[in-house]
Amino acid sequence: MSAQVKLSVNGLPVEVPAGASVAAAVAQVTMQFRRSVSDTRRAPLCGMGVCFECRVQVDGVAHVRACMTAVTEGMQVTTDA
Amino acid sequence: MPDRYDVLVAGAGPAGLAAAQTAAAHGARVGLIDAQPRPGGQVWRHDVRREAPRAAREAFGKLRDVDVLASHSVVAVESSGLRVETPQGGRLISYGSLILATGARELLLPFSGWTLPGVTGAGGLQALAKQGWPVAGKRVVIAGSGPLLLAAADTLRKHGARVLGIYEQAPAAVVHAFARQLRHWPARAVQAIGLRLRLAGVPYRLGSFVRRAHGGDGVQRVDIETPTGTQALDCDLLAVGYGLVPNTELAQLLGCAMDYLGPHPHVSVDRLLRTSVGGVYAAGEAGGIGGLAVARLEGAMAGHVATGHSVAAHALLPQRDRERRFGALLSRHFALDPRLHALAEDSTLICRCEDVTLGELGGFTNARAAKLATRCGMGACQGRICGTALAELGRFPRDGARPPIFPARLATLAGLTTLPSDDAYRGS
Repeated sequence: MSAQVKLSVNGLPVEVPAGASVAAAVAQVTMQFRRSVSDTRRAPLCGMGVCFECRVQVDGVAHVRACMTAVTEGMQVTTDA
Repeated sequence: MPDRYDVLVAGAGPAGLAAAQTAAAHGARVGLIDAQPRPGGQVWRHDVRREAPRAAREAFGKLRDVDVLASHSVVAVESSGLRVETPQGGRLISYGSLILATGARELLLPFSGWTLPGVTGAGGLQALAKQGWPVAGKRVVIAGSGPLLLAAADTLRKHGARVLGIYEQAPAAVVHAFARQLRHWPARAVQAIGLRLRLAGVPYRLGSFVRRAHGGDGVQRVDIETPTGTQALDCDLLAVGYGLVPNTELAQLLGCAMDYLGPHPHVSVDRLLRTSVGGVYAAGEAGGIGGLAVARLEGAMAGHVATGHSVAAHALLPQRDRERRFGALLSRHFALDPRLHALAEDSTLICRCEDVTLGELGGFTNARAAKLATRCGMGACQGRICGTALAELGRFPRDGARPPIFPARLATLAGLTTLPSDDAYRGS
């Protein structure tokens, strides 16, 4: 329950509880997850995998929904904001 | 794990869990797929800080004879089964019977400022907080409609948020009439009273709604319409949800007939939860918003029927019907104020994926024409947010589902044995 996971968000070290989402880890660093097509900043809206506003890059894979992905040790997350 | 199941259950929330467990208890080989990394759905979503409710723990404990296929997203329907995307790649899973327990999502309505970071759904912020989203010490405004607002406030407070207020759009007279009805539902009354006691000290304002959110890089202030005038409130997070809409995309792709109660479709089922497509059943919210108790009962019923035990399913009907009546009572009392349909201004973004404003959508009378001219609904969410909002606003109904129903990798699509033809979905 209390185990922590260490990962990196935009190159910065972040620590969150095991079982937390990538979205929770990103929110420790920035509230801007992606840039929209007209260059406005966006962050999670629905929290349940429907709206796609929380898309980030995880370990080189683009367009991963941060709210649907659990953190793993050493994960490298990059936002578009 | 085999790629064929006697019974395949789509969705691992309370309905899907009950369906899978019941079918497995009858000796069927059962697969339970869900796009999320853990079972539980929305209402029993894993909480990094708190233990799951007892009913959820019991449901999870009864999955020994079920193949739980987590992080499995259905992207298309083929003649021999469902095309599924997993972190490991694409997969085709076939079945004897299919139980749709696809649940619901929040109804999110556009208003000025709703694209600012920090503005989320109400159930949305609850879900995020359970998965470790930082809310401790944050000033949160909760708004929208329905009892979910109270449940969200409760969760957020347990995670350390400062809930400034809960703003319910339903008028005071109607909410009080609903509360009086609770005397016929003692268990619900106990639940509601417990929730209200835990939220003592948090203002619960009726007949009130968020008109506008302001901020720079994130939300900083909201304007709230109350029966006594407009009120401005500084906050760090705004959580707004206007109730729930059934997830019907997979059912539509399968060709299941839909019913409408208002502008949003739900799967049409008979007394034994059979859809219009042979061997396909629907349980819980997919068949119309009914709540947790309905989901659990219908899940069990579908598990019985799908394995040929209709008598056992019939025995659950009276209880199910009673719970469905409570769901109907809820939706009647928390019906949306027509003023909410006028919140979006011409400059308000409606399609958040393609950044299309309400003004750009003037003059279009169907989703297809609007899409061709403006790209509205063509983004990653495939119109789940904007199409549902436009239907609610009375503009035009959402376009029918077409494959892939979620964005998928090319490698997954390359595995399709039947390529979708545009003609099959044109005008649907």
